[in-house]
Amino acid sequence: MDVLEIIKPENQVFCKTKLMTDATLSYCPGCGHGTVHNLTIEVIDEMAIAEDTIGVAPVGCSVLAYDFMNIDMTQAAHGRAPAIATAISRLWPNKYVFTYQGDGDLAAIGTAETLHACNRGENIVVIFVNNGIYGMTGGQMAPTTLCGMRTSTSPYGREIENMGSPLKITELVANLPGVFYATRQSVHTHKHARKAKKAIRKAFENTRLNKGVSFVEIVSNCNSGWKMTPLESNQWMVDNMFPIFPLGDIKVDAKLKKS
Amino acid sequence: MSELKLMKGNEALAEAAIRAGVDAYFGYPITPQSEVIEHLMAERPEERTGMVVLQAESEIAAINMVYGAASTGKKAMTSSSSPGISLKLEGISYLAGAELPAVIVNVVRGGPGLGTIQPSQADYFQSVKGGGHGDFKLYVLAPASVQEMSDFVEDAFDIAFKYRAPVLILSDGLIGQMMEKVHLKDQQKRMTDEEVIEKYGSWAVTGKTDRERNIITSLDLDPEKMEVRVYKLLKKYDQMEKEDLRYEKISCDDAEYLFVAYGSSARIAQKAVSLARKKGIKAGLLRPITLFPYPKHQLFELADQVKGILSVELNTGQMVEDVQLAVQHKVPVEHFGRTGGIIHTPEEVLEALEDKVIINGCIGNHKTRESSIL
Repeated sequence: MDVLEIIKPENQVFCKTKLMTDATLSYCPGCGHGTVHNLTIEVIDEMAIAEDTIGVAPVGCSVLAYDFMNIDMTQAAHGRAPAIATAISRLWPNKYVFTYQGDGDLAAIGTAETLHACNRGENIVVIFVNNGIYGMTGGQMAPTTLCGMRTSTSPYGREIENMGSPLKITELVANLPGVFYATRQSVHTHKHARKAKKAIRKAFENTRLNKGVSFVEIVSNCNSGWKMTPLESNQWMVDNMFPIFPLGDIKVDAKLKKS
Repeated sequence: MSELKLMKGNEALAEAAIRAGVDAYFGYPITPQSEVIEHLMAERPEERTGMVVLQAESEIAAINMVYGAASTGKKAMTSSSSPGISLKLEGISYLAGAELPAVIVNVVRGGPGLGTIQPSQADYFQSVKGGGHGDFKLYVLAPASVQEMSDFVEDAFDIAFKYRAPVLILSDGLIGQMMEKVHLKDQQKRMTDEEVIEKYGSWAVTGKTDRERNIITSLDLDPEKMEVRVYKLLKKYDQMEKEDLRYEKISCDDAEYLFVAYGSSARIAQKAVSLARKKGIKAGLLRPITLFPYPKHQLFELADQVKGILSVELNTGQMVEDVQLAVQHKVPVEHFGRTGGIIHTPEEVLEALEDKVIINGCIGNHKTRESSIL
């Protein structure tokens, strides 16, 4: 049988989500952002809520998220996405409002906006991609950088005495009454990506039910910033990031899980 | 039919916001403007019109909430005082860059730093020269009465939506705190979501329907495109100068000497005009109502008529630079002002006119600002 006879629509088992644009992703090959984008947009597509969804893009590697997601989006100042999402959600209570943020954006410069949006229980979804580094600006130390981890601003490794410990912001916000759902996922294998997608779906379902903040952390790699091959970076993430940022639900249906 | 009330400037502004059908206010307490959010909270605007009022965790969060609301085509505003406005300037720059309509109110207090809670006009440069980063300007309205605190809210939103640009109401602690009679306008309806989508759906993010997706951003990594964006803003500012300049001339017809003053200083200078005329000095007052655009052509023309000009400001000399630029050395231009929260008296202002402009009124023969104050 000729190959061209096989390549036809009825035989297609996987296709690009139509809600992703045709723009080429600006992410480094091997980076988890593309997968997280795809999962988010698949959930929006499957729930058929694109017409009622407004996304807020951050400053950082995913600043151009609006180039790739074929939905209405507004781009926030560094760290301020939760404040912007707050206003949109308050003024359009029937819309699905989500922020897409990295660890520098959400857990350093935007800490106040993150904590207070969570504390007020804004009816929003927060997608938080944590790769332990500032990728966009060239690999500087982030609030989530691991102890001893070398970055361009911690060239001899992060020292706890001078630079503090990696900030577990998802555990922190999970303790706030306004947070209904807090979970930590990853997308480095198909299995993990499927679980992450379920978590994102649950988060958007919570918005539908007006439950408050759903906070989905995705521990991801930054092979360029970590100066590794994609495969090495994924293994390094499993060996080093997961012990500090363990995967799994932290708070479900407003109830904290016992750790 | 309008309702007549005795109100503080800050309260009149807040009440006008509800009545103008504003969709949202986001603020953070700071003296001397906290009455704005206090009035809004007390009035339960969510029940009166459905207006959203939220006390944010910071001035930074508040201006970004405004950005979020404005992204969706809603009428949103915030207010603060000088140190808080400094914090908001990043967000204001983003509003200008992303071409979003919004209203920001600065009830100015003395600075720099924590400064004082007393009135000042020391934020003139910050207000009219951009303030935040990048090539942009704000349309700046300067109220001089409680009535104008009320009226300018609607005017500011009209301009903001005409140009899709942020508008600043530059008040000060005196106008904000004092009580005067004010005619309040009748309640207007807020636009429904459907009306917002109908009117602003070409650019606002309200959810992508069968149209192209809408994106609100100030980012363009391609310098060629970014330059185009900046020139697009410049075009708006040119149009503002042509179509939306506002100023008031008081006793200017036969004036030989001119005061230039805005806001609270204009009230004081107006009194100085009548004191001067009692003494036989033919003084007049040009009051810029918009500080950008600035009545530079009007000043240029008045400079052919008068012998000298005194810029009266509650600062050490800021607007005087714009007066000098407008007048282009046709006549001497001097500055007088108290600062640090002190408000000059009409007598002081008249004395300054006599001392700096009438007697020493030739270029190169004037006292220093410092020596004239002390």
